[in-house]
Amino acid sequence: MFPTTHNPFPIPDSQFPTPMTPTPLLTLEHARKRFGPVQALSDVSLELYPGEAHALLGENGAGKSTLVKILAGVHAPDGGELRLGGVLRHFRGTKDARDAGIAVIYQEPTLFPDLSVAENVLMGRQPLGAGGRIAWRAMSIRVAALMSELGVPLEPDAAVRGLSIADQQLVEIAKALSFEARVLIMDEPTAALTPTETERLFKVVRTLRARGAAVLFITHRLEEAFAECQRVTILRDGAWVDSGPVGDFDTHKVVSRMVGRELGELYPRGEARVGAVMLEVDGLSRAGAFSNISFSVRRGEILGLAGLVGAGRSEVARAIFGVDSRDAGEVRLEGIRIAPSSVVAALRAGLALVPEDRRQQGLVMNLSIERNATLSILGRLRRFFWMDRSLERASAQTWTDKLRLKAHRLTDPVSSLSGGNQQKVVLAKWLCTHPRVLIVDEPTRGIDVGAKAEVHRTLAELAAEGLAVLLISSDLPEVLGMADRILVMREGQIAGELSRAEASEEAVMRLATGTQSAGAFPLEMGSRGAA
Amino acid sequence: MTAQTSPPAARVSSSWLSRLLRARELSLILILVVLVLGTGLVNERFLSAQNLRDMLLNVSLIALAVVGQTLVLLMRHVDLSVSSVVGLSAYLSGMAFVTFPGLPWPLALLGGLAFGAVLGVINGLLVAYGRVPALVATLGTLYVFRGVDYAIVRGGQINASQLPASFLEVATGSLLGLPLVVWLTLAALIGFSVYLRSYRAGREYYAVGSSAEAAVLAGIAVSRRTLIGFTLSGAIAGLVGVLYLARYGTVDATAGTGLELQVVAAAVVGGVSISGGVGTLAGAGIGALLLGVIASALVTLRAPAFWQQAIQGALLLLAISTDALLSRRAARAAKLARTEQAARAKQSAGTEQAAPQERVP
Repeated sequence: MFPTTHNPFPIPDSQFPTPMTPTPLLTLEHARKRFGPVQALSDVSLELYPGEAHALLGENGAGKSTLVKILAGVHAPDGGELRLGGVLRHFRGTKDARDAGIAVIYQEPTLFPDLSVAENVLMGRQPLGAGGRIAWRAMSIRVAALMSELGVPLEPDAAVRGLSIADQQLVEIAKALSFEARVLIMDEPTAALTPTETERLFKVVRTLRARGAAVLFITHRLEEAFAECQRVTILRDGAWVDSGPVGDFDTHKVVSRMVGRELGELYPRGEARVGAVMLEVDGLSRAGAFSNISFSVRRGEILGLAGLVGAGRSEVARAIFGVDSRDAGEVRLEGIRIAPSSVVAALRAGLALVPEDRRQQGLVMNLSIERNATLSILGRLRRFFWMDRSLERASAQTWTDKLRLKAHRLTDPVSSLSGGNQQKVVLAKWLCTHPRVLIVDEPTRGIDVGAKAEVHRTLAELAAEGLAVLLISSDLPEVLGMADRILVMREGQIAGELSRAEASEEAVMRLATGTQSAGAFPLEMGSRGAA
Repeated sequence: MTAQTSPPAARVSSSWLSRLLRARELSLILILVVLVLGTGLVNERFLSAQNLRDMLLNVSLIALAVVGQTLVLLMRHVDLSVSSVVGLSAYLSGMAFVTFPGLPWPLALLGGLAFGAVLGVINGLLVAYGRVPALVATLGTLYVFRGVDYAIVRGGQINASQLPASFLEVATGSLLGLPLVVWLTLAALIGFSVYLRSYRAGREYYAVGSSAEAAVLAGIAVSRRTLIGFTLSGAIAGLVGVLYLARYGTVDATAGTGLELQVVAAAVVGGVSISGGVGTLAGAGIGALLLGVIASALVTLRAPAFWQQAIQGALLLLAISTDALLSRRAARAAKLARTEQAARAKQSAGTEQAAPQERVP
């Protein structure tokens, strides 16, 4: 798929300097960064050489984004040295990084949607004519020249609103080029692109390399890294693990380097007593988000839904729960169809969704713990026109006790709790509706290990009591430890299903990144896995 | 490397945004012509020189205030305090003429500008540095400035007889057939149009309103730009206040009340987006003209007086919802075309790959 053999820009290999070149363009040594109690980066080093494409690999949460933000001047590192062309640099802001020749192209570009391509590229640096007035013609010509240098047919005078994500990225690249950036950082640029767009982006990357720029390429698609990059650096849990020429790595080595963790005793879960089918999802599709999703969850079963960020897992959960509409497919609970696009219908049928973002979607931060814990059953707590406060308190007390919530008083605002305890309040809120199917989306993101274990224990107990649980998580050990079966999603489709016996971090990652056999294209995996 | 690029002049017309904007202004002018001629047919007095002149005078005060409002709206803010600035500036300049009868009127205009600028700075500081949402900040100052006005006026009134004739000439006199107020408004519209279109500083208003985040990344001092925008809006409103005094002669504590919504409405009808980043002063000016003509036409056509406001409001809603509908449809069409294209690309890539895969045992 990626024509490394017939390169449309035939540049002799000697023109791309390899690590043998004595002077790297950028070196980062022993960088550290801590956010509150979380050590996001510990001792990460990186070298970028002119003319190379360098892949930065790692699991979700391995510290790639933090590293990018340090290079982009968004965060200042707590320690470590950053050198550009041998000169020591301390960025105080994004402008410093840009002036030093570092450009970052994010997955979702930040552009002015209402303005033209040309203005987006040259905002604040528009060429001026007589009397300090903007020379619009010159501006168009200049940007057209940049675009033809990149080999892309983008109209300088077209409005950015309406451009595809791929074209918007190219506008960002043209901007970087106009700044004469020497280091280009691309944060998962291909995640939202079609294969054709991806191929066009790589052509542009080769052009940039031929000009002597270094490209740092963050991707989850390993075959892209192997096809387009000369060297790789692998991070795990915020620390540097390995670096070297791509030739020294294969898929297996990279995946084991990225994962390489032992499963702890965090997940004590016995053999599940699985009952009858509870939730059935049949051919669920939503244009642009996911397609043809089918699976079922049984009583007492925890079904894990794994995949990379952006694979469409949360979107599926939202569609099942009726928050988002769907284009096709059906959801049944014990054989009875649930009306689509209706949260009320889903709730009435016995579904509950603990959303991904508990601060925004799960809790009303200023309200008390008991108020939050009973928000979902307000109707039941009503006596004539008033709320029955004692009933409210009793209900909140029952569930918070059951979940072993650590709180001073139930009347305290929920914002006073720790992340783990907040998550328990969200759980309590949904459990008091006595659901038959519980969907939990990233239930332990951003909470500490102890609270994590508590949430896991709760989920295991609930399943043992006969609840059907759909567990969405990017935390691989969690999915492996908790789930009886694992579905892996990639690019909006189910890439495969793994039984508890088959499941390993490598197996999940292979399905999630689409690198089962060398050279196989990710899309193939999707259609095969669904069949 | 420039050889293959087609001449940019040919491509300018291909930008759908500029096409849409031009279409917007064209359709407004069309409505305007139909309205004027239609009303003129029903009642020819509508087209009399006197009536047209009065209409133009009324419109030019609104249109001048629209210039400042547009700067603020482009940045996705709003300035609701304009009417109170107008009222306060009108009364204070009247008092200045009463106290110093010999005051030359150009000095009064400058005084109004400066006074308005000071009030604008207050708004700007609240929004840009105090991080108070513009709607809240200027709603607050709308009442504060009006309250100060009441406290100063204390039921008093300025009458035309207290004002120098040379000053009243600004609105009533004729320069090449039109009063000076109209010329001033035209000059401001044209001057600020050029500023917004052709200067880096002018483009910053569009950038900030289109995406504040991208504006920061482009090195634009967003807070400073916001402050300048509100200051200009205040200064222009202060000038409008002095001209208001010249136009009406009689000013009490309620002068200008309700003006702020007329000004915002005119800009929005003229295609300035309340969500920022989109709009031209040409459009905003035509919007002011259209609203003025509608108001005048309703009087001429003897629309029931009690219903005139309701009719104006309904027309405004019609204009805005049509606009929202059209832009939403355009956005949806663009998105659909994109996903279809993506789906096709995926499909072709899938079939390409399927063949070799099948050969694997």
